[in-house]
Amino acid sequence: MTTKDQSLGPLANDGLSPEERDLFSDARPVPYQPYPIEVVEKFVNWVRANSLFMLAFGTGCGAVELNPLMTARYDAYRFGFQPRPTPRQASVFMIGGYASVKTLKRIIRSYEQMQGPKFVVALGICPVNGGMYWDSYNTVNQFDLYIPVDLYITGCMPRPEVLLAGVLELKKKIKEGRADGHNRYIENLDWYKANQKRIIKNWDMPDYSW
Amino acid sequence: MEFWAVKIGYFLITLGMVTVYGLLLGAIIARTMARVQGRIGIPYWQPFLDIIKNLGKRTAVSHGVMFYMGPVFRIAGGIGTLAFVPVIYGSEMFSNFHFAGDLLLAMYFIFFGQLGMALGAGESGHPFSAIGVARGLGQMTAFELPFVLAIIAVVIQYDTLSITEIVAAQQGGVSNWTLFTNPLAVAAAMLAFLGMSGYPPFDVFTAPNEIPIGPPTEYHSSFLALMATNRAIFASAKLILFMDLFFGGATGLIEMIIKTWAIYMVAVVVGASFPRFRVDQSIRFFLRVPTLIGIASIAFVQIFLLG
Repeated sequence: MTTKDQSLGPLANDGLSPEERDLFSDARPVPYQPYPIEVVEKFVNWVRANSLFMLAFGTGCGAVELNPLMTARYDAYRFGFQPRPTPRQASVFMIGGYASVKTLKRIIRSYEQMQGPKFVVALGICPVNGGMYWDSYNTVNQFDLYIPVDLYITGCMPRPEVLLAGVLELKKKIKEGRADGHNRYIENLDWYKANQKRIIKNWDMPDYSW
Repeated sequence: MEFWAVKIGYFLITLGMVTVYGLLLGAIIARTMARVQGRIGIPYWQPFLDIIKNLGKRTAVSHGVMFYMGPVFRIAGGIGTLAFVPVIYGSEMFSNFHFAGDLLLAMYFIFFGQLGMALGAGESGHPFSAIGVARGLGQMTAFELPFVLAIIAVVIQYDTLSITEIVAAQQGGVSNWTLFTNPLAVAAAMLAFLGMSGYPPFDVFTAPNEIPIGPPTEYHSSFLALMATNRAIFASAKLILFMDLFFGGATGLIEMIIKTWAIYMVAVVVGASFPRFRVDQSIRFFLRVPTLIGIASIAFVQIFLLG
């Protein structure tokens, strides 16, 4: 992984047909800077950790274990964790397990539409190494190559208690300012895009979904 | 000149207080619902944290000038409604900018914010926004009718367009409230209030889980923070307007809090008990029974109270 400087110019968007190219932005995202005053940044990080709007991406079996989090038994609301139906308003992207190549496209587009700082949590063992799908012809084995994952919650499948523990762990990481997946993605955008395009054969979307 | 400076200062104090109260009220209602469901629920300060978090987002995408103006119009509607509604009767500090025709202006501001929001959400270009806007405006047109009929009944009854005078006429005991002197108007207005508050069965324009959240689908970051602030201000202003018109107003802060909470709970209890109407069903609903009750309330005023 090599860090790129930001003077690379606009994105090529060469996956799009010429008549579609005008419809999408070709601006390159820039990493955000923390607030200049350290106390402010710490306070905002604490607030971010306590107000987690979650976008659930129920690709795999994980979605089944995600739903009980909001019920009376586990009640994740009390940790400031609440579901949000649209990527624009969400700050935590929860991917519920394995992803096929087709789904990865949707994951990338949803992730890029979220506004930073944003955090990715991957559930189950499949995002780590493919799990029981490790030799499947159409399943992504390692998520970290395609989008920056801030926290893995392993298990097959992780029970809701583990997910709650994962949420608390994510909160700890955000408070300490260690959940920097958003900036990692933008700083190494070309590396991530090359990986994504290597596996997604029919790339018919903009290079960055603003 | 000095008089206006003081008034504006007082209004800013009122605005801050109402914002905090509205946000706390939202959290209290959410916690109450959580307890009903056997949960603990969100912390009381969660709405404040959500707003700070959204303001602290470091990136934002714009879809054009109207996209920016949507939340601004919305919060202008909220603040405008509050500015002309006396929060506490007889209090110099919480009377706001009342004048002879403030009822008309407050009613105008209630709908101004929604129209601005419709324009802003329309520019975002998201199909779910457009669906939500179409449904919301359709439903708004329908519940406006019983609401306006109820207001007309109240205006005829008290022979004034000033909210302060309407509150003054209801002082001197519970039996002087519009709720007891003109129950039909209150019934029509409260049915319209169910439509305004956006709880089920009339929440089809946001319809969580169906058209993600309707008009604000594309709104994020500080836009969303602005809209969340407005939701608190606007909800409180609307509750205070209903309290002033129909439930005798309030002479103290505690009375205001208890009354507005009770009015809000009407929408919450109804919302917890009924499933969602489709938009054609809700329009038919509002144009039938509530509208007839509204017409009956005007007849009631003309025949029994004035005749």
